Amino acid sequence: MNIEQLDFYTQAILSMAALVGLTSFLMLGQGRLLRLIFVFALQGFLLTLTTALAAYSLNNHHLYISAVLTLVLKVVFIPWMLRRQVLQMNMHRDIEALKNNTVVMLGGASLMVFSYYVLHPIVQSSSVVMLNALAVSLSVMLLGMLLMISHRQAIAHVVGFMSIENGLFFAAIVATNGMPMVVELGVAFDVLVAAVLFGIFFFHIRTSIDSLDVDLLNKLHEVDK
Amino acid sequence: MNWLIAVLQTTLFVVLAPLLAGWVKWCKCRLQNRKAPSLFQPYRDLLKLTNKQPVVAEQASWIFLIAPYIIFSATVLAATVVPLIAVDLPTSASADVIVMVGFFAFARFFLALAGLDIGTAFGGMGSSREMTISSLAEPAMLMAIFTLTMTASTTNLSFAITHVLNEGLVLRPSFVFALAALTLVAVAETGRIPVDNPATHLELTMIHEAMILEYSGRHLALIEWASQLKLMLYGVLIANIFFPWGIAETFSIQALGYGLLAIIGKLALLAVFLAIAETLFAKMRLFRVQEYLSFAYLLGLLGLLSHIILEAAR
Amino acid sequence: MILVLAYSAVLLSFFSGLLGLMMHQRQPLLEFSRNWFKKFPNENAHRQSMIAGYLEEKRFPVLLRKAVFVLLGLSGVFAVLSGLSVLIGKEVVTDRIGLGLPWLPWHVRFDCLSGFFFLIIGIAVSAVSLYGPGYVNSYKESQHPFAVLSLFTGLFVAGMLLVLLADDAFFFMIAWELMSVASYFLVAFQHENSANRRAAFLYLLMAEVGALAIILGFGVLAGFADGFTFDAMREAQLSATWASIAFMLALLGFGMKAGIVPVHVWLPEAHPVAPSHISALMSGVMLKVALYGLIRFCFDLLGDVHWQWGVVLLILGTISALGGILYAMMQPNLKRLLAYSSVENIGIIFMVLGLSMIFMANGHPQLAALGFLAALFHAFNHALFKNLLFLGAGIIHHQTHQLNIDMMGGLIKKMPRTSMLFLIGCMSISSLPLFNGFVSEWLAFQTALQVDVLDNGVLRSLIPVAAAALALTAALAAACFVKVFGLIFLGQPRSHHCERAREVQDKGMLAGPALLAGLCFLFGIFPGPVISLINGVAGQLLGQTLPNDAALGWLWLAPVSTGQASYAPPLVLIGALIAAGVSFWYLRRNPSTVMRRAETWDCGFGGLTHRMQYSSSAFTMPFRRIFAKVWIIEEQIDKDMRGAMDQDVAAVHYQLQIQDHSWPRLYNPIQDGVNKLAKLVGRIQTGNIRVYLGYSFVTLIIMLWVVS
Repeated sequence: MNIEQLDFYTQAILSMAALVGLTSFLMLGQGRLLRLIFVFALQGFLLTLTTALAAYSLNNHHLYISAVLTLVLKVVFIPWMLRRQVLQMNMHRDIEALKNNTVVMLGGASLMVFSYYVLHPIVQSSSVVMLNALAVSLSVMLLGMLLMISHRQAIAHVVGFMSIENGLFFAAIVATNGMPMVVELGVAFDVLVAAVLFGIFFFHIRTSIDSLDVDLLNKLHEVDK
Repeated sequence: MNWLIAVLQTTLFVVLAPLLAGWVKWCKCRLQNRKAPSLFQPYRDLLKLTNKQPVVAEQASWIFLIAPYIIFSATVLAATVVPLIAVDLPTSASADVIVMVGFFAFARFFLALAGLDIGTAFGGMGSSREMTISSLAEPAMLMAIFTLTMTASTTNLSFAITHVLNEGLVLRPSFVFALAALTLVAVAETGRIPVDNPATHLELTMIHEAMILEYSGRHLALIEWASQLKLMLYGVLIANIFFPWGIAETFSIQALGYGLLAIIGKLALLAVFLAIAETLFAKMRLFRVQEYLSFAYLLGLLGLLSHIILEAAR
Repeated sequence: MILVLAYSAVLLSFFSGLLGLMMHQRQPLLEFSRNWFKKFPNENAHRQSMIAGYLEEKRFPVLLRKAVFVLLGLSGVFAVLSGLSVLIGKEVVTDRIGLGLPWLPWHVRFDCLSGFFFLIIGIAVSAVSLYGPGYVNSYKESQHPFAVLSLFTGLFVAGMLLVLLADDAFFFMIAWELMSVASYFLVAFQHENSANRRAAFLYLLMAEVGALAIILGFGVLAGFADGFTFDAMREAQLSATWASIAFMLALLGFGMKAGIVPVHVWLPEAHPVAPSHISALMSGVMLKVALYGLIRFCFDLLGDVHWQWGVVLLILGTISALGGILYAMMQPNLKRLLAYSSVENIGIIFMVLGLSMIFMANGHPQLAALGFLAALFHAFNHALFKNLLFLGAGIIHHQTHQLNIDMMGGLIKKMPRTSMLFLIGCMSISSLPLFNGFVSEWLAFQTALQVDVLDNGVLRSLIPVAAAALALTAALAAACFVKVFGLIFLGQPRSHHCERAREVQDKGMLAGPALLAGLCFLFGIFPGPVISLINGVAGQLLGQTLPNDAALGWLWLAPVSTGQASYAPPLVLIGALIAAGVSFWYLRRNPSTVMRRAETWDCGFGGLTHRMQYSSSAFTMPFRRIFAKVWIIEEQIDKDMRGAMDQDVAAVHYQLQIQDHSWPRLYNPIQDGVNKLAKLVGRIQTGNIRVYLGYSFVTLIIMLWVVS
């Protein structure tokens, strides 16, 4: 299977997959919170485009609604909320000094190779050509978790969590041509509620320990050292 | 006949390079609301320099005197390898893209030695920085080249461009990444903003200028011409590898004419983008260049991985 | 006939060693010659006076030195001839010598692989023997006796040649030990310095540990074979686990001798300490003999290679290449720098060998032959240019009594011919086109670019990353050697010794490097002949030759296919000459623009001194900042202040110390562990005689119980 033999729609989907992977990498390397939120919004936008493309090519109108939902939630609303939080809590001036940037990036690249290696037996036995994009979506999920591990600011944890969900969504679009609408709406509302709850939590954490650096939560341990 | 076209093409390269530099300068000036010099000013500068008497420091050895000729010849040799208006050149068979990178390394080796020759601090600084930046740019460039050659299964530039041309309009994610990586590397290697300022004369911000600070007269003319040629080379590489439409595949006059028009148009457009980028961004400090080039390497790596995972999967 | 040539090469080097022992035998020789002429008085008087003249006090040492090196040079020439004849004939010659154990005579096998390495050794030894006489004249006879030097040089060269001829495990190990121990004495030649003694001891220790690993590797093979001959080992059938164990042991043993990170630590200690022509031989040739051992073991004796071994070699090679060149950049001592650079090049060779193994195990034998060819060609090239660089370093040391780059400068005007030769060496090692280093890099990249034929996705991602690391190493090597050449030869002299240095007078000391430089350039323009020779090696060893070997000519180099990649160095040279010639002629035709010399521009401040130039640590500062984690760096800046309020800086003292990570992470723990173990075992030596009697008593009781 070489790319020049596929039709234009499949080529476009594969390109979108690559660009979504790129945004995951860009998020890994970001130290500033506002830019992180912007890249996350960009990832959501790419997902919207993918969904619209899938809807156009498969003539499935549910997916148009799904695309609009993604646009409203993941590109407009959640980033706006997070941005408002960041500006309110005056965190946009903090720059997270990422110590092991190179190591984290290279780790991300090896995660991509690893997810390809893991999915390889499944992909081979199936006949859907675009399952190769599954490797990218699995790596987006893994990179989201890596984002949560490598960053210290709690807002970055929210973004990482959301990008895991982005990866799942992308996998659903690419592999199964969209989830049932019920599942879609349920997941979307779950994500929205999670975002609101996170916001409330963060406000309280901030007022109690005066920072959102999760490493400082170590102070809560009970053992005397 | 093929060899004649190859010689003609190399001559075109060498002759048109100052024009491209003049056009870039014109665009930058207009963007910065200044009155621009004529497009042919670089030609006048080169002519003026060749007619002046070169003044050489007492400390200089024969390497200082030979280096401009070597740098110019190596860059011209690299120009023979890259297809400008036509593919299917015999010179592309005698040296492929890895040899082209080797030619650039040859020119850079002697430029750095010339910088160290006089024994001043500026030359050493320029050489040290230039070698650092080029070392970091090599892996990124190789990754981008790898992606191209794995797609086209050849390192011969003529054949690679023909392959891309014959496939028609294919949207490849690996090429998108490779294009981005190659653009970033091209900016670093040709010494444009944000890596190095080609118009600066503040000693502590110079890289390329620092190495050639002592040169004058025809030596300086050759080195300036070589750097303009290098800019054009990278521009042609980007334009013809990723957007090869318009290049001549046969050697008829009409096809060659179309090829010339196509490349002039593509280079003009690329120069406008370069001028916009140079106006928008500021020069980075030296130790940020490492992050910039690691990002280029990462893009190249992603392009390669996209090729392996998404395009040529087994 | 071929074997006669090979044997004569070995014997000639033995005799050159023995001849050197005659250095102190001038008086007995004089007596002997007088007695001889008394016995046969009707000998030609002319001949008598000639021999008396040779044995005269002043001329005798010089003539003897020349004679020793002549013999060594002849040994080299014979080695080249025998290597060429077996490579061109593509034969395999075997023989048995009656020495050795009664039931196990020494087996000799001379095939294309041995012949190729004979060629390498021969060229290097010939160049060194041209260089030798002038160089060893600088050693004071009382402190550094020539007899010792020549004896062990002869034994060293003979040992290396015998390793290449060996066809059974015993002979191999005996020759290997001969090579190692002889070179130990050479490394310890200037033993009055305690640092040199330490370096020599480290070298011997690691050589012996490596030899132990090799013996164990042979032991594993011999356990499955019926006998110790290599023929028996070729027939042996090993399970995958045992084959991997044997591979690991061989990799440890041969890798230790070749200088793979992390077992490379003896290289930068031992090579600077030995005399320069010996360092050249050690770095250029002995490391290749270790490579030969590994190739013989894996590709010939073990037979079936596994792709996992290839991945191990690839990763180890990449780490060695990057680590070697990064450490080389930070050394101010020229010979240490060259030693670390050898680590880098051996890493590159291992990388390409690993690629070859991966292709072989995955069912692409022709591409494996390509990789094998690239690795061997790089070994050949490295022998040539590393020898050249070490001999050049020897000349510089001879003329300026300095090895610190930071104390040199401006030597290009004082030593023009040496600088030209050294420049060719630097250009070759930086893989610039038109020289041989570039051709082997080009072949290595072509091998890596064939990765698309593999099926394994992980390998297809890993190999391009390794190729990018190779590109980084090549660029770093160019940066390093720009620094080396620029700081030593260009600029202004940084010390009095260098200001007063003059060109070396001895023609031999220039002829040796000139030969090597000429070969570097020749094989950069016409790599075809050497590649056809190596193709024969691949054909014999792997059973496969290049995919496109029919098209190998003297002009074009298209190893896979002309559609894939091609390179024509002579055309490139012609193009370069045309471009340079045209611009040179055109621009200089106006006599009014003749060049004018003036003072160096000093920004109007005046007083440019040599201290204002860049030093080696200054040149590499950006690399130190970027790759900081690779070394252990200790930097100290002290400022002497003066003035009423301590506000003016009177002087700045800068100290920089770079240490190898292997020492605290690997070797110090091993050292501590061994010491602890020794202390534990030492506890049984209580010193109490009753305890010792008790040991005998307990042993006796146990034996009685067992026997019953």
